[in-house]
Amino acid sequence: MKKKRIATTSLAGCFGCHMSLLDIDERIFDLLELVEFDRSPLNDLKKFTRRCDIGLIEGGCCNEENVHVLREFRQNCDILVAVGQCAMMGGLPVMRNAIMHSDDPLRECLDEAFCTPKVLNPENQIPNDPALPLLLDKVYTCVDVVKIDYQIPGCPPSGETIWRALNALVKNEAPALEYDLIKYD
Amino acid sequence: MSDNKKITLTIDGKTIQAESGQSIMNACDAQGIYIPRLCDSTGLVPQGSCRVCSVKVNGRVVAACTQPAEDGANIEHESDEIQGYRKDLVRMLFHEGNHLCPICEASGRCELQAMAYRFGISQATTYPYLQPVRPVDASHPDIALDNNRCILCGRCIRASRDVDGKNVFEYVGRGIHKRIGVNGDCLADTNADLNDYAMSLEVCPVGCIIRKGEGFFSPVGERQYDSDKIGSNIENHTAHSSLGKLIKVHQIDPNDAIHDDIDQSNVNEDKS
Ligand code: SF4
Ligand code: SF4
Ligand code: FES
Repeated sequence: MKKKRIATTSLAGCFGCHMSLLDIDERIFDLLELVEFDRSPLNDLKKFTRRCDIGLIEGGCCNEENVHVLREFRQNCDILVAVGQCAMMGGLPVMRNAIMHSDDPLRECLDEAFCTPKVLNPENQIPNDPALPLLLDKVYTCVDVVKIDYQIPGCPPSGETIWRALNALVKNEAPALEYDLIKYD
Repeated sequence: MSDNKKITLTIDGKTIQAESGQSIMNACDAQGIYIPRLCDSTGLVPQGSCRVCSVKVNGRVVAACTQPAEDGANIEHESDEIQGYRKDLVRMLFHEGNHLCPICEASGRCELQAMAYRFGISQATTYPYLQPVRPVDASHPDIALDNNRCILCGRCIRASRDVDGKNVFEYVGRGIHKRIGVNGDCLADTNADLNDYAMSLEVCPVGCIIRKGEGFFSPVGERQYDSDKIGSNIENHTAHSSLGKLIKVHQIDPNDAIHDDIDQSNVNEDKS
């Protein structure tokens, strides 16, 4: 069987889902019999080298670079999979969308992070270097931006969950998870 | 209450015995058939609002928790159509509030989450996430309310009113703006107490009513629904004897108006 080509990325996530992928332990050798990795933080490839069969997305979109990368993944992958709660429904970053009593949640979030005496930042500067990707008004889930084919729930999904889902995907099957593998936390 | 006349029902083709005056849900519970539910809780008067317990009786979709079992009724329970309705209702609840399970204190013992697990919900829906902005009320020294997770089941209202005799909670607003209000400007203004039944872990099915200082009391892997499917206690008959006793409180008198004006006197009586 021809090896499937997989690309992965972490958008507004914590890299926990990627760590969980590595949590399949020695089965990583079995995985490498079935797939080869294209663009991924695991091999530090920053660009697609060719079209991929499967794209794994960790995290939603909190800045314009996330949107750009997500669209690139959609263009270059046959099957796009949202891995983990952040990719699926925003996860922890999405908390900034609904800050209580705030008309301007993004401003409030930045003020809290950079302009309170809790951090050493004497000039109360909010990072605004032109090299930094522009923050979006709110955090968007992957489905808000592109078509997503499958989801793997969890925060992060366990190594076992990712292993089972990937095994189904390389066989061109939909990942059907059993009761004890479906977790939202 | 009822004259306990024996009646016969058919549920998904299986014939079961019930007592007249029992709700369909109670009749099924007694036979180890679990009908999913969220707004219903043992010991509280059924309210019939979440519709997760929907079943089809003689071709009509009804709420099993409030619908009296009738002799000869033909009940459709786990058909694709009915399971589809139930799943959609549960999915919509996740989109309607802010359900961030990874940081939720109720995760692992939450009935909404457990119901989604039971239904095997893992793929995306076409519904938008509404991401409402709802206040958290942490004014009370022992209890906090995080309305972002409230599913408006009304169990707290009934527990406070019928069991505690207090009326700490009530619905306010209509339609999409409907929410749970407290009897005062904030919870600290009310006579709410940590020892109220309404504040116990049995009542709020989600992580809205929070007992301060008690969060995350069981480690991941040992929480209520980590390995046990919600409803498995009914399906396995384990909690059966205690259930039988509490069901009395629960029973519907067919002479009562079911939806609006449930006679509360018998509830309080049975509790004492
Ligand atoms: S209340 Fe339940 S469904 Fe909502 S966030 Fe908490 S655990 Fe998840
Ligand atoms: S606070 Fe809890 S018990 Fe009360 S209506 Fe909301 S979800 Fe139900
Ligand atoms: S349990 Fe019957 S309507 Fe909610």
